[in-house]
Amino acid sequence: MKVDAKDVAVEFHDLTVSYDKKPVLWNIDMTLPKGALIGIIGPNGAGKSTLIKSAMGLLPLSSGYVRIFDKALDDVRRWVSYVPQRETVDWDFPTSVLDVVLMGRYARLGLLARPKKEDKEIAMNCLQKVGMEAYSKRQISQLSGGQQQRVFLARALAQEADLYFMDEPFAGVDAATESAILEVLQELTAQGKTVIVVHHDLQSAAEFFDWIILLNMRLIASGPIDQVFTNEYLQEAYGGKLTVLSEVSELIKKRRLPSREKY
Amino acid sequence: MDAFYIILTASLFSISCGLLGSFLILRKMAMVGDAISHAVLPGIVIAFLMTGTRDSFDMIVGAAMLGVFTTFLIEFFHKRARLQTDAAIGVTFTWLFALGIILISLYAGQVDLDQECVLYGEIAYVPLDLWITQTGLIMGPKAIYVALFILLVNIGFLMIGYRNLYMTTFDPAFAASIGISVSLWNYLLMGAVSMTTVAAFDSVGAILVVALFVVPPATAYLLSHQLKTMMWLTVGFSIFISIVGYYLAVAIDGSIAGAIVTIAGILFAVVFLFAPGQGIFRSKTKQTQDATIEPNLFERENLT
Repeated sequence: MKVDAKDVAVEFHDLTVSYDKKPVLWNIDMTLPKGALIGIIGPNGAGKSTLIKSAMGLLPLSSGYVRIFDKALDDVRRWVSYVPQRETVDWDFPTSVLDVVLMGRYARLGLLARPKKEDKEIAMNCLQKVGMEAYSKRQISQLSGGQQQRVFLARALAQEADLYFMDEPFAGVDAATESAILEVLQELTAQGKTVIVVHHDLQSAAEFFDWIILLNMRLIASGPIDQVFTNEYLQEAYGGKLTVLSEVSELIKKRRLPSREKY
Repeated sequence: MDAFYIILTASLFSISCGLLGSFLILRKMAMVGDAISHAVLPGIVIAFLMTGTRDSFDMIVGAAMLGVFTTFLIEFFHKRARLQTDAAIGVTFTWLFALGIILISLYAGQVDLDQECVLYGEIAYVPLDLWITQTGLIMGPKAIYVALFILLVNIGFLMIGYRNLYMTTFDPAFAASIGISVSLWNYLLMGAVSMTTVAAFDSVGAILVVALFVVPPATAYLLSHQLKTMMWLTVGFSIFISIVGYYLAVAIDGSIAGAIVTIAGILFAVVFLFAPGQGIFRSKTKQTQDATIEPNLFERENLT
């Protein structure tokens, strides 16, 4: 099941990605709407992270292409932000919280240009938005998991992008951080920016997102949450092995999501 | 004056090695530095056979290219043959080093190189190899000029590339996402490592040069919260071990390069035991300071 977006932010066209000649994503073809908070959902090994990495040009594509704002990635890179999984970096690295957030500004600076006062102010502002301004001078090794995730989010905000790809921003964070991050993401989409999030928890997915991509190596469904988050598609994505699935669809019914015409 | 020349040469080389080594250990690639230092040997011998001198610019460039080739081979075996990185390193550098040893033994008569020099270096002879201009002016030991040139190249490279090296080291996926070529900067760093190794091996030998890449920055790492602090401390430690190491060698009448590395090892042990914050006998005050801001309380305040 596939709903086409009216105002397209990202278009995946017949995308196939393989590791070692073994395909991990098969023929993904869909369009995603601007201004939506989009969740990529699927079981482990479904290719969720692979999907956003291939959109960011971090993996070689076997076939197909990805267009962002109807342009090639290299033409719009400046307006696209990518947040890797928190575990992919060494948090014992000798650097401060502010320096990490400043990395978000480096994309627009030349090789030798030093960050200006304005860049530092923006970085501090972004730290404030995620409630971390008191930590700006700390070494990153002193942060908890939730704080690390907030720093990554602040770095992404500092990029001032229009499209955000985030790999598991809610993984292993405390409840306070979860709602803080969600608030920031909702603020971004309210400004018309598009946020695409890899997510693995079905329960919270039902509450967080406007648009859902259900993935299990191939595209199961993509569309507004009330059309996609149904027992049928969830069973298809997860192979019917989750008893939690029916509970989730109950949850959805209780929420009685209004149909979202804007997509 | 000889003592000054030797200490200066050792300091210049160890600063070069230490600055590059800071990035190597943060990339968890200290052993790639080890591999390069061995693998450039056949390049050194071949370049020597072709040019007939041991300190030509061609030789440094030629051998440095072999170092980059080593990095490429390691990556290739790791990615294509699905070999673990450490196994890929082990296969690559031992094979190239062995090739170099064979070349030296084959052409022993023509080559002013022997295994001993390759392994331990001959920094004590630095003051003997003078640069004398055509007018007969004595400019001082050649090695100092080589070391100075290499250091200036490295400092230039690090000043231009600092930010990109920092980003590709800390978060390569993010760096790639903003359009920085991670593999380009990896090869540039490895090129600098190879060049420095080739230049320094004459003085400190192919094995001990590894210590200069790893030990001073590892010591500085224990004391630093910032990459720049770590690099400045590395510079300080490099000078310190060169001076103290030289006088230790004089006192015991032993190998200078060996004494320098021994001092580096002792310095690491002392810092490891007594470093504030991270040492075994860490001060209690630092810990209590860290506990004063309760992260959870603070977070809740901000959220409400």
